[in-house]
Amino acid sequence: MKLYCLSGHPTLPCNVLKFKSTTIMLDCGLDTTSVLNFLPLPLVHSPRLSKLPGWVSKDGTINLEKELKECAGRVFVDAQPEFCLPERELLDLSTIDVILISNYHCMMALPYITEHTGFTGTVYATEPTLQIGRLLMEELVNFMERVPKAQSATSWKNKEIQRMLPGPLKDAVDVWMWKRCYSMQEVNSALSKVQLVGYSQKVELFGAVQVSPLSSGYSLGSSNWIIQSHHEKVSYVSGSSLLTTHPQPMDQSSLKNSDVLILTGLTQMPTANPDGMLGEFCSNLAMTIRAGGNVLVPCYSSGVIYDLLECLYQFIESANLGTTPFYFISPIANSSLEFSQIFAEWLCHNKQTKVYLPEPPFPHAELIQTNKLKHYPSIHGDFSSEFRQPCVVFTGHPSLRFGDVVHFMELWGKSSLNTIIFTEPDFSYLDALAPYQPLAMKCVYCPIDTRLNFHQVSKLLKEVQPLHVVCPEQYTQPPLTQSHRSDLMLELQPPPMPYRRCSVLNLPFRRRYERIYILPECAVIVALT
Amino acid sequence: MPEIKVTPLGAGQDVGRSCILVSIGGKNIMLDCGMHMGYNDDRRFPDFSYITQNGRLTDFLDCLIISHFHLDHCGALPYMSEMVGYDGPIYMTHPTKAICPILLEDFRKITVDKKGETNFFTSQMIKDCMKKVIPLNLHQTVQVDDELEIKAYYAGHVLGAAMVHIKVGSESVVYTGDYNMTPDRHLGAAWIDKCRPDILISESTYATTIRDSKRCRERDFLKKVHESIERGGKVLIPVFALGRAQELCILLETFWERMNLKAPIYFSTGLTEKANHYYKLFITWTNQKIRKTFVQRNMFEFKHIKAFDRSYADNPGPMVVFATPGMLHAGQSLQIFKKWAGNEKNMVIMPGYCVQGTIGHKILNGQRKLEMEGRATLDVKLQVEYMSFSAHADAKGIMQLIRMAEPRNMLLVHGEAVKMEFLKGKIEQEFSIDCYMPANGETTTVTTNPSVPVDISLNLLKREMALGGPLPDPKKPRTMHGTLIMKENVSFMLVSSEQALKELGLNEHQLRFTCHVQLQDPHSDADTLHRIYTHLKSVLKGYTIQHLPDGTVIVESIVIKVSSSAEDSNTKVLLLSWSYQVKTWTLFLEGLPMQSKPGSSPNHLVIESLF
Repeated sequence: MKLYCLSGHPTLPCNVLKFKSTTIMLDCGLDTTSVLNFLPLPLVHSPRLSKLPGWVSKDGTINLEKELKECAGRVFVDAQPEFCLPERELLDLSTIDVILISNYHCMMALPYITEHTGFTGTVYATEPTLQIGRLLMEELVNFMERVPKAQSATSWKNKEIQRMLPGPLKDAVDVWMWKRCYSMQEVNSALSKVQLVGYSQKVELFGAVQVSPLSSGYSLGSSNWIIQSHHEKVSYVSGSSLLTTHPQPMDQSSLKNSDVLILTGLTQMPTANPDGMLGEFCSNLAMTIRAGGNVLVPCYSSGVIYDLLECLYQFIESANLGTTPFYFISPIANSSLEFSQIFAEWLCHNKQTKVYLPEPPFPHAELIQTNKLKHYPSIHGDFSSEFRQPCVVFTGHPSLRFGDVVHFMELWGKSSLNTIIFTEPDFSYLDALAPYQPLAMKCVYCPIDTRLNFHQVSKLLKEVQPLHVVCPEQYTQPPLTQSHRSDLMLELQPPPMPYRRCSVLNLPFRRRYERIYILPECAVIVALT
Repeated sequence: MPEIKVTPLGAGQDVGRSCILVSIGGKNIMLDCGMHMGYNDDRRFPDFSYITQNGRLTDFLDCLIISHFHLDHCGALPYMSEMVGYDGPIYMTHPTKAICPILLEDFRKITVDKKGETNFFTSQMIKDCMKKVIPLNLHQTVQVDDELEIKAYYAGHVLGAAMVHIKVGSESVVYTGDYNMTPDRHLGAAWIDKCRPDILISESTYATTIRDSKRCRERDFLKKVHESIERGGKVLIPVFALGRAQELCILLETFWERMNLKAPIYFSTGLTEKANHYYKLFITWTNQKIRKTFVQRNMFEFKHIKAFDRSYADNPGPMVVFATPGMLHAGQSLQIFKKWAGNEKNMVIMPGYCVQGTIGHKILNGQRKLEMEGRATLDVKLQVEYMSFSAHADAKGIMQLIRMAEPRNMLLVHGEAVKMEFLKGKIEQEFSIDCYMPANGETTTVTTNPSVPVDISLNLLKREMALGGPLPDPKKPRTMHGTLIMKENVSFMLVSSEQALKELGLNEHQLRFTCHVQLQDPHSDADTLHRIYTHLKSVLKGYTIQHLPDGTVIVESIVIKVSSSAEDSNTKVLLLSWSYQVKTWTLFLEGLPMQSKPGSSPNHLVIESLF
């Protein structure tokens, strides 16, 4: 049994498991941090961004002024942003039998895997994962296609040239693998290969292996997976949470008795407490509004935003923000809010009980009804005429490189009354802000990551007792910046098997038995003799 | 041989009071727990004393599964769990769990508050009963205990209706509840995988009907409503609050929109708003079209359909009223019916099945004078129309489901005996499987023939596979040697004989065959043996051949020794010895490149070629 590791990003995994002659891909996360190297895509013509000087090496020998622009002391690529794909050379992708998706954040690379690679297998995901994943892909495509940029930049990727560039471009890895965003047509074709599954559903693969998704408590429809035969069991844990937020609680007991447990998707903010961050988020928001400033919240259009809105629903009255308009701007804002209300089966017990009444499970329905929360597909159209300040705006993309958020950065960045509050943990906020410097607006960093922390995961592992644990190498040592924090790593006996991008691990498995069936006629003979 | 037993306590050759007991692999499961609309006495509920006279039901039942929220499938639930006493698990889907208590409360109100019955379950009992309910998700495999597992499939019919697959070991039963094999305006079609159950328990409401196309029925319905409205009549459509009501509302709503009609459409109050809200929140249970477009336009937000008030019934002019309940046996629909029955301009459209004993059933059978409570009679002058809109599978649909699931036996419930008989014949003829139709209280026993699961040692499996060449041919049966070990509390194991001996702590005894061959050779014993060795080495390529210092030659597991005969030193006696696994010997001989004389035995061949 082998594990091929196609992604080095611990929270956006992409691994392939070969088990009993089936080839199973576990998640296909898309590493979007690469877009931080690109210039923002403004929705409205920006004089500042259009007049940036091109980059020429100090000695004048390399002239890339068409491709690279200097902005706020850094060099950025002036082209449509590109993403870092999972490794595609380590094994033949056409041999993959099935892809198991654990949550909608971990499927964004799907079209790159299923299209134009000869892939003929099936993708398994829960209904909320499929529906919200589709929305997020639609949003991404929309963000890119709305601001078309014809030119593509490739010269800088030449190894000889890249070596000469200033950081962080110089240190970017696998730049030749970076790809532009897929098209809606590719998204539709990729998602047509998805087959829906429910929690604890047992799916037979070729009669050899049985796979089954379990609730992981992280997001709507998020799952961990059990991959087992009659005598061997592999658990795949990805993006799980033990906090009480909106999704159904995590199913821990079914992970017991695993021979191997593949552990990915732990919190990216092991030292930040989500509850504390939520408090800080609210207080900073109130403070800014009271002082007459605007609040910008760059966020994904599904997920933590539901919790933020729920928190604000309780907070608005007590903080006297009843008249402050809250805007949610995204091409999928309406769909995301509507979809969140129809997945009763996938919600925590409290929310299910509300549906039985019948009431909408999320209170943002009421915020919308009372006109406190308004949603728009983009800053163009109705929004521009209805927009009042001071206000709170939720919009994407959290990288600040594309989407409507770019416009608000240009609009509000120059005033110290305004505040930008980062809640998504996926991007370094300093890197995200780099092309907008110098900024006068206040920056608050309240990353909310509800995934398991090291304390929770070691408790979990003690309980479910897998024989072996496989995890990204990042989890086997303390974070670079906090090398003394030995509590921020996995310490296990036997030690976990670390993997990195392009690793191929031989999983320590000794298969001893196989299940067969004896025909009743034959069994009768055996019983008689 | 193991058996599965099925006993209907209700719905056996009857429609109403669905309640079916199944015993499978030592587990007892109750399917549905309904009430009968046609009775007001004890016969209303299933006879639970059949299960136990004085003991608690919990001790006899492993679980109870409710297929959908219609009262003939769940109406006896609080009575059973709270009054008779049952504390075990009750399973139903989320929408059923949400809507079921509302209908039960409605039923209780009509029975207790309006009819003044006592000794009936209370509101609190409904609440307590619902606390015992565990929600089911579609396709989720629920482990009731270590051995019993259940899985729900989409059944169409009404919001949240489910079919359920019950499995113990390798025996299984599927119960369909009520289902619909054709998608309609708001629900999808039932679907099940090829799960090959030992018994498929199917409803058979429309066992003999093959309904004409749905489009025709809809057009007919709209035409009749329209004509009636045009001539200024009032149209009463008795419905259940949830189910067909939404289907017909969507139908009328789109028709009114298209034709730009002005006559009011009302929906009897109370449940309407709430009912439609359930449909909005459980939109994932509706059909694909509605699910796809719900963000832009929610089909359950009606523009033309308004809430009904009792006083509207006397308003002049045409109107359409949806009123509950659906069989005209009580409540608002009956009140309106009494008011409008005298006018021939009016019309009542019965969109679903009516149970015997209800007014709905009577007028559909052409009865024109009805005896009402208090000896009054009611003359029925209004037009009575019957339009089958209830979402049950027709004969074609039932056959289609059998083709999907491929059951080994079929069992019909929830239908009329005569119609069942007809369908039974058809099923037995077309699928060559047994079909049963037990009456209430009658037990059907089916013998099953499950395969026996065995764990085979992988070493053994690989070794045996390798013997047949690199690629095993799946089309050819092969003999394999192994030892089956049965130990207590452990599943059967098939292992190699060596491993079996080890596990059982037994000594190995070897059985060997020997034969002596005489031949003439003047050399010394050692030379003869060496000559045999060199020859075998040259002809048997790819075999391990050893010449041991103790004067033996070993070819794989065959031992060859040479000794001189006591009488004549030129006569050598060759001792050949091989173990009982003849295969090796055969292989050994197959490797010899020489012509065999007809009739000569294999070991002679070896020898002849030497000299």
